[in-house]
Amino acid sequence: MTTGTTASEATGQSATSGAAAGGATVVLQDLSRSFGATKALDGLNLEIAPGELVALLGPSGCGKTTALRILAGFEIADSGSVTIDGRDISPIPAARRDMGMVFQSYSLFPNMSALDNVGFGLRMRKLAGAERKRKAGELLDMVGLAAQAQQYPHQLSGGQQQRVALARALAIEPRVLLLDEPLSALDAKLRPQLREQIRSIQQRLGTTTLFVTHDQEEALSMADRVGVMSQGRLEQIAVPSELYDSPATAFVAEFVGTMNRVPGELRGQSEVTALGMTVPVQEGTADGLVGDVDVLVRPEGLRVAAEPNGNGIVTDRTFLGSLTRISVRLSGDLLVKIDKQSTEAADMLPGTSVSVTLPSAAVLVAARA
Amino acid sequence: MAETTAPAAAPGTPAVPGARPGSAPAAILRSLRRVAGIIPFTVYMALGLLIPTVAVAVKAFQNSATGSFTLSNVKAASSGIYFEGFKTDILLSIASAIVPGLIGFMVAYAIFTARRGSLLRQVSITLSGVFANFGGVPLAFLFIATLGSTGIVTGWLTDLGFNLYDHGFTLFTALGVFLVYMYFQIPLMVLIILPALEGLRPAWREAAENMGARSWQYWRFVGIPVLLPSFLGCVLLLFGASFSAYATAEAMTNGTIALTPIQIGTFLNGNVIAGQENVGNALALGMVVIIGVIMIAYTLLQRRAARWLR
Amino acid sequence: MAAVADIAQAGTSAPAPRAVARRRERPQAWRWIVLILAGLYFAIPLYAAFKFAGFKAFTKVFGQAGFSDAFTLSLRLALITTIITLVLLVPTTVYVHLRLPGIRRLMESVTILPIVIPPIVLIVGVLEISPGFLKASPNLLGLEYVVLAMPFAYRSLDAGLRSLDLKTLVEASGSLGARMPVTLWRVILPNLRTAMLSAVVLTVALVLGEFTMASLDLYQTFPVWIVNFEQSSGPVSVAASLLALIVTWIFLMVIATLGNRRSGKAGGSAVTLFSVSRRDIGGSE
Repeated sequence: MTTGTTASEATGQSATSGAAAGGATVVLQDLSRSFGATKALDGLNLEIAPGELVALLGPSGCGKTTALRILAGFEIADSGSVTIDGRDISPIPAARRDMGMVFQSYSLFPNMSALDNVGFGLRMRKLAGAERKRKAGELLDMVGLAAQAQQYPHQLSGGQQQRVALARALAIEPRVLLLDEPLSALDAKLRPQLREQIRSIQQRLGTTTLFVTHDQEEALSMADRVGVMSQGRLEQIAVPSELYDSPATAFVAEFVGTMNRVPGELRGQSEVTALGMTVPVQEGTADGLVGDVDVLVRPEGLRVAAEPNGNGIVTDRTFLGSLTRISVRLSGDLLVKIDKQSTEAADMLPGTSVSVTLPSAAVLVAARA
Repeated sequence: MAETTAPAAAPGTPAVPGARPGSAPAAILRSLRRVAGIIPFTVYMALGLLIPTVAVAVKAFQNSATGSFTLSNVKAASSGIYFEGFKTDILLSIASAIVPGLIGFMVAYAIFTARRGSLLRQVSITLSGVFANFGGVPLAFLFIATLGSTGIVTGWLTDLGFNLYDHGFTLFTALGVFLVYMYFQIPLMVLIILPALEGLRPAWREAAENMGARSWQYWRFVGIPVLLPSFLGCVLLLFGASFSAYATAEAMTNGTIALTPIQIGTFLNGNVIAGQENVGNALALGMVVIIGVIMIAYTLLQRRAARWLR
Repeated sequence: MAAVADIAQAGTSAPAPRAVARRRERPQAWRWIVLILAGLYFAIPLYAAFKFAGFKAFTKVFGQAGFSDAFTLSLRLALITTIITLVLLVPTTVYVHLRLPGIRRLMESVTILPIVIPPIVLIVGVLEISPGFLKASPNLLGLEYVVLAMPFAYRSLDAGLRSLDLKTLVEASGSLGARMPVTLWRVILPNLRTAMLSAVVLTVALVLGEFTMASLDLYQTFPVWIVNFEQSSGPVSVAASLLALIVTWIFLMVIATLGNRRSGKAGGSAVTLFSVSRRDIGGSE
């Protein structure tokens, strides 16, 4: 299992706006936290470079929110440390950590207008009234809600509320921005716009950001690097394309995107036989495995062609636009999904006999499920 | 010459094209049928609630002997011992609303914001419900057994060297009644402030903290402003409960205390000066007016609170 | 202070100190102080009453002069009130939910009326307008108690109906061929069992504890008997009060538990008990 930062951290790529901007370096080291018998965090190691947006992605209960809340100061780790720019911030209470946080929903103070909400952090920092209003106005403008300055939260839509929440978090010019699934309570249609807006503002300001979500599309489209978490541990942290193309573990492979599992047999540590073919194994993924394994292949990785007496029968065909997803039942009651160009899939009606083959490139293997 | 105007309407049809004759009565019939289902209820409430109240209001302005209109009842009801009665009742109720209101709020906050122990919450809700309904006669006796001249706590205090009754204390005063009323006012407050507390989102507290606010700042800028309408509304409700309470005070003092409800009671018991029979009605009317105003304020506050604490 | 020492340690790779934990634990102390003080205030009078009454008084309660008459009268009134309340309010609330949802606001205001027009005022008016034959019977109280019970019964039933998707149920039932009376009996009422039980218990508790109107109407119901009997024997009176209290508590605990089990979370019983707690405003006082 891969923990900590991988070799492909590629800090050069991730700090898009340069380390000179307002961001700080965040290091979480060996963080552990249990709630009663449940281990929410199990030795988490994470380093965020200045100005970088790292997304923590995982199913509920994987520990991502706990990690965020420890960073914010709302939870205390059982062991491990949190440092900002090299300074241990564990003894510092949440109110003095100088981080801006956007919560999942309904965190705007209902008794204050949008402007006053945004200016709240500034008020806590003793900024004078006129100055405060000006700054808050600027931020509302940045998120495109200058016209709504005097409106109250209950008069704003969900998307507008979250934009105000973002403005509020940014008003205090935090060195770290924390986002706790900010878009999950919103309409699906709204999310892409808001994603873009958050990302562009973050890049413009160069604020180091930790973004927690269970939506992989969100993570992959917004983050410089994505950390996939499961059961309190970081499975892999890498740039989105690498997560997709070179998943380090079976969990990551199956969590990010769709993955097929095809039974096969290992030949040594470098080759595997499945579907009547022998193909090379991705380096390092067969460690500790022997004999029966599962080969993990993406839908667009498998090849399928109509062939009488092939190794499978088409059971279903779903038109997705330029691609068509074909479900094929192979021998042994194995169901796989294959994506094919719609123009080529025209003759793959349900009931057609087909032949499915593996790609010749190196494949990922995992323990037989 | 070609006709350029529409042909004249045939006699008997309405001037407005499209309208059906008799559509207005038909509409009334339709609405009647719609409300038919609540007629029994409305009639019962009219008979049992509205008409007696109207009777009280009317009689308040009637000379008890001749039945003619007079303001003398109302005048009598707002002066002398009756004025004292209102004054004492109002003052007692203010105290009996604010003090238990604050205590109840603290108790409710202590219970419902505890991290662990939903058992505590559950038990507290049930206990509060039970105690809030505890009033009247049994409660009066409880306190007589506790703080009466032979009461237990009186005994304990005397043993400690502090004889209550030597210092002029007695349960049969507004102070005594106040002490007793707290017994159901506090749980009542706990129960009715609960929805407001549950509406206080933890995210607000955390957001405030995240913005750099300390505890008192959170309360000053967010907590109190948000809770204030609900809190005031609940306090008003407590006022109403205390102001119109009869049984507890009566059971404790046997009618010797100058409180408006008690005074109304004496009218029904026949202890009246001739010619003043309808003053009791005037007193009752006064009560209704005062509580009515309070309840309007309560409704307005609750609406305000509902907007924010959704 | 520990916090200072910990900051001095900052910068090393030592594991995170627990200084922050202390900041959170400190506010907890006041919680317990408040709860203990409140607990004492409520427990002591109960203890005092038990001590004052003594065990013997409890056994003597049932044999006292006038007890059985008074208790029977209260029970009879409770029965009358409960039946009328159910017959009147169940169809009404169902009707409002089904056909007149716009009127719900008005109905809520109506349920506040018995607070604005408290029993002490009501009894004055009732005695003035009632025809003689009614005044000569204690059943007048039974009729009037329906008005007092109305807010609580209405709220219970309203809460119960709100948790159902009434419109859909009725439409489904209708589409399967059932007419309204059948739907009411077989579909709606069975789903309202808890709400109705709650309404019944609240009504009964109200009637058994109502003092104001009964005493001024000069009828010796159970609470009136308790007060009058105090002249003869204080301990027995107090014992009777405590018994009435305990029985009421048991009833209320039952609804609270039932309410919980149905709604599945603690909030459910709070709604019921809130309705319950308004009783002293409109009821026993």
